[in-house]
Amino acid sequence: MKKQLLIILVAAMAMSCKDNKSTENNNADVLSGTIQVDGSSTVFPVTEAVAEEYRNEQPEVKVTIGVSGTGGGFKKFSRGETNISNASRPIKDKEIEACKENNINYVELEVAYDGLAVLVNPENTWVDSFTVEELKKIWEPAAQGTIMKWNQIRPEWPNEEIHLFGPGVASGTYDYFTEAVVGKSGSSRGDFTASEDDHVLVQGIAGDKYSLGFFGLAYYTENADKLTLIGVHNGTEVVKPSLETVSNGTYKPLSRPLFIYVNSTSVKSPEVVDFVNFYLNNAAELSEDVGYIPLPTAIYNKQKENFKAFVESNK
Amino acid sequence: MNSIQKNRLKDQIFKIWGIGCTLFGLVILFFFIGDILIDGIARIDWAFITDLPSRKAEKSGIYTALMGSIWILLLTTVIALPIGIAAGIYLEEYSKKGKLSGLLEINISNLAGVPSIIYGLLGLEVFVRIMSLGASVLAGSLTLSLLILPIVIVATREAIKAVPSSIKDASYALGASKWQTIWHQILPASSGGILTGVILALSRAVGETAPLIVIGALAYVPFAPSNPMDEFSVLPIQIFNWISRPQHGFIENAAAAIIILLLITFVMNGIAVYFRNKWQKKLK
Repeated sequence: MKKQLLIILVAAMAMSCKDNKSTENNNADVLSGTIQVDGSSTVFPVTEAVAEEYRNEQPEVKVTIGVSGTGGGFKKFSRGETNISNASRPIKDKEIEACKENNINYVELEVAYDGLAVLVNPENTWVDSFTVEELKKIWEPAAQGTIMKWNQIRPEWPNEEIHLFGPGVASGTYDYFTEAVVGKSGSSRGDFTASEDDHVLVQGIAGDKYSLGFFGLAYYTENADKLTLIGVHNGTEVVKPSLETVSNGTYKPLSRPLFIYVNSTSVKSPEVVDFVNFYLNNAAELSEDVGYIPLPTAIYNKQKENFKAFVESNK
Repeated sequence: MNSIQKNRLKDQIFKIWGIGCTLFGLVILFFFIGDILIDGIARIDWAFITDLPSRKAEKSGIYTALMGSIWILLLTTVIALPIGIAAGIYLEEYSKKGKLSGLLEINISNLAGVPSIIYGLLGLEVFVRIMSLGASVLAGSLTLSLLILPIVIVATREAIKAVPSSIKDASYALGASKWQTIWHQILPASSGGILTGVILALSRAVGETAPLIVIGALAYVPFAPSNPMDEFSVLPIQIFNWISRPQHGFIENAAAAIIILLLITFVMNGIAVYFRNKWQKKLK
């Protein structure tokens, strides 16, 4: 038994050596090869949907997607280990330097928007909106141990304890919320119920009258019957996040773009160019399918132009 | 109430307490399994096993993840089994009790307690980068082999220790060499115990997520691995990925995939029990 397995293993290894990637293909439209994508788990569903549809278009192109997180994805991207990196925030200076060190050039493309929803329990009748200052007052590090009751935010609100729920500190959602609200990414009070699993946050807020929390809009859409969505004042008016308000940019500052980054060496391969074009052409429909919000058409066109110019300059 | 009655009463109370403790774990386990079955059993059909992952929960299947798990399982067996058993035999039969063997023993026990994510980091550096195997099935299997080696070694040693010394003595008395004694007497007599240990170790490996995510196992692969250098996904990663999706359909999918994973571990544990019983009878 052991011997047989060994023989199979050796044979399989020998076969794998012959399995060269054939990226050059002169036959009109049939492309082949592999495209490696890694990065943010937030962007993953969009890229997965695109890869799934692309399979019908070009069945010979193998697209693989990892979920190392935005930072982990950029680490691999800057070493030239991946062709495309999913990112839920723009690339950081440190990561740009790492790319430069390894002579990696890239283009940044926006593919969709993600809205952050601020939520309370349906039995909460007093809150109709928040200003960013109020959210900051609740969530900033100095609030820990001092801002404990609803009436400390607005005097007419009840004299009851406020229970906070939010995503874990390792998530991009938490980074983005703290940056938009507190002003510094990753800086917030520590005494709130944090969970990496957003379903836990949904349960927590749905079961507690005096709760307040935030997470990705898609989770609210799936649980709209259990939660109450609160509008946020954007400077001129109170806006609730929706397909429309996130897409047209009036829901500020709690909406963010999602990105893909494409390596310049990779765009020499026709299948990568074809895949990215397919991505930009279909991102609007597919991002909505998985719970995100499409960019306005003009912005998609801008991304297509940017990508076209990038491909031209790297020929 | 005299002292005998008191002692009997204490005995009764302790018995009930013991039953309570035993049931506590079982009831919770049954509650979880029941919960998972309710969520997921309706989702399992042939298409779920043979479909590729998809953005639509109801069209999504576990084919690539299941194939990845099976590949990982087979390769890990091929790598860890001979090394682990040979190491166990050496430590039990050949090594002289001294400083070196003491050091080895302490280290093996320590390795068994190292968190699995550390093995992932080691695998990433050594197998993926230095040996440039990439995030391949082979790199994943080597990493998991390291993870289960201590368990295999300890199981082998325990099984060899349990072989009655009369068998060994008889073999030597008949003029057999050490190698002949090990190969023809000790290994056959201890193979039930060794197999049990190996299978339990493999059941652990098949449920591991953290080290494989670290070495770069993927969340979406549209093809099953065809050779050890292919990239792969495994069931636990697919489950983890589905659980973090907002749509409820994916939660059902995750429950269904958990049932499949549980089935695999149950079957493996069943095989372990079968072998243990078979060899125990043989020894008597």
